Amino acid sequence: MANEVVDHGRRRFLTATTAVVGGVGVVAAVVPFIKSWEPSARAKAAGAPVTVDLSKIESGQQLIVAWRSLPVFVVNRTKAQLDALPSVDSRLVDPKSDQGSADQQPKYAQNENRSIKPEWLVVVGICTHLGCVPDYVPVIKPEPFDPDWKGGFYCPCHKSRYDMSGRVFSGVPAPKNLQVPPYHFVDDKTIQIGVDPKEAG
Amino acid sequence: MANVFTNIGNWVNERAPNMMPAYRKHMTEYYAPKNFNLWYYFGSLAILVLVNQIVTGIFLTMNYKTSAAEAFASVEYIMRDVEWGWLIRYMHSTGASLFFVVVFLHMFRGLMYGSYKKPRELVWILGMLIFLVLMAEAFMGYVLPWGNMSFWGAKVIISLFGTIPVIGDTLVQWIMGDYIPADATLNRFFALHVIALPLVLLLLVVLHIAALHEVGSNNPDGVEIKKGPKGNRWDALKPADGIPFHPYYTVKDLVGVGFFLMIAAFIIFFAPTFGGWFLEHDNFIPANNLATPSHIKPVWYFTPFYAILRMIPSFFGTAVWGVLGMFGAIAVLFVLPWIDAGKVKSIRYRGTGYKVALGLFVVSFFMLGAVGAGITAEVIPEWFGNVDVTFWENLFGRAMTLLYFGFFVFLWFYTRLGWEKTKPVPERVTMHD
Repeated sequence: MANEVVDHGRRRFLTATTAVVGGVGVVAAVVPFIKSWEPSARAKAAGAPVTVDLSKIESGQQLIVAWRSLPVFVVNRTKAQLDALPSVDSRLVDPKSDQGSADQQPKYAQNENRSIKPEWLVVVGICTHLGCVPDYVPVIKPEPFDPDWKGGFYCPCHKSRYDMSGRVFSGVPAPKNLQVPPYHFVDDKTIQIGVDPKEAG
Repeated sequence: MANVFTNIGNWVNERAPNMMPAYRKHMTEYYAPKNFNLWYYFGSLAILVLVNQIVTGIFLTMNYKTSAAEAFASVEYIMRDVEWGWLIRYMHSTGASLFFVVVFLHMFRGLMYGSYKKPRELVWILGMLIFLVLMAEAFMGYVLPWGNMSFWGAKVIISLFGTIPVIGDTLVQWIMGDYIPADATLNRFFALHVIALPLVLLLLVVLHIAALHEVGSNNPDGVEIKKGPKGNRWDALKPADGIPFHPYYTVKDLVGVGFFLMIAAFIIFFAPTFGGWFLEHDNFIPANNLATPSHIKPVWYFTPFYAILRMIPSFFGTAVWGVLGMFGAIAVLFVLPWIDAGKVKSIRYRGTGYKVALGLFVVSFFMLGAVGAGITAEVIPEWFGNVDVTFWENLFGRAMTLLYFGFFVFLWFYTRLGWEKTKPVPERVTMHD
């Protein structure tokens, strides 16, 4: 007890180690609070697959169904719309979906129509810019936003444009093509969204 | 009777001896320059609106339901069934917009008279932090009624974080607590809007004023009264050109308060939605995650920043540039004290170049607001007929974005390369004696 000499090195060491251990404790205590903001078990459970009956969708019509609370566009494309697709290739950011948009569809939809069957387009209707729902503007005629319009989707929020395959035009805020969700054909007139063809077997 | 009060006063002073000196330091013995003009009303008005927001906000929480299923109906309930609920809610919603009117004018005053310059950089930075927190507070408050614009506004703003490479998508889900804005999002925004951010805001306001009272107020002449002659009617050692904040400026500010309340009352009683500018029409429709409003636009005070976001296209497969531009427009204001190297503070004695540049900066701010609010998209076809609206709107908006940032670039070179020809600054404020 009568030790008059102060060992400063020892004090510094003890202060530093106490601070480090205390700091680890503080960080550990913060984790539960950060994690509490993640989607809860209930929110995750709400993401079950959705089955869609295609027999009610006429040629040229669009149906919006909710999957994981996201709007999914199911479009029965006409022959005219499909034939017009190659004509806009030169005005698109990634016409073959193999560059910036390579992750925007499953492999089985990475083709010129971005679909399993040419006429049936299935895309998540969320603009890849900031998440608005683009409008379906199917008619091939000059529009105020594009005098050479071949049909497609137009986002009212920030004026991004997509063609009839959900491929984004260049010079608009959106960077990527619309996302194709996992889906498969249960039979000729029914699809299930949320399940890949392989898993369905 | 008088004796009782004196005794109570003495009793408190013995136990809290620093209270009266603190009151004197910030009120009766805080010497502010005597030449304040109209532009100096907006600081005290901002405090007035802050108090209004807190008081009306507390009363709104007494009837508001924090749940995605009930929030919209509970706001309608406040408007229709709660006694005087409509008044309290309109005071809160009008107060939010007027808060930004007052704060924008307060900031413009700072730009005009060089109040951000040495030695007031810290006052300016604390003020900018207040502005930032205020924007977060206003955004989250706008989500709470859970109208369709609340929902889509929240979606767009939260998605801004999704443009960050690699972590973006996870971050967005973390912020929302779901795959879209949902009940979890609404609840956490309520907690932040009602508890967390107001606490931060109050702390920052106290620090902002404390920092100001350390260095003293600037004035329209931009001269330091502390460096001028000493001795006034109240104190031989204090600045000759200073007058006590209380009662002189408290009384002056009361005049401003009276005028401000007349305008505020007119809006609250006769034009609470302000033609869709203070409360947007689409927000009187309940939130619907499958139907985007045909024109998503933020409330007016965000439109200039929102326009910058919209005008910058994506490059290299990412949309992060627009987000960087938008936040950059605010971040650049933080470092303004170090961009502007000019020694003269007030616009009264600065070079013509600065006056023109500040004017153009204000023009760009208003024009970006017009782009962000969708006004240009309407008037371009009206004025110029059948033209490519997107092309011309982008051209105009991008020019205005360049003008906005150009102000800061110009100021850097203007004050460093000796281009600025200033006028002589007077020794004392021009209104002395």
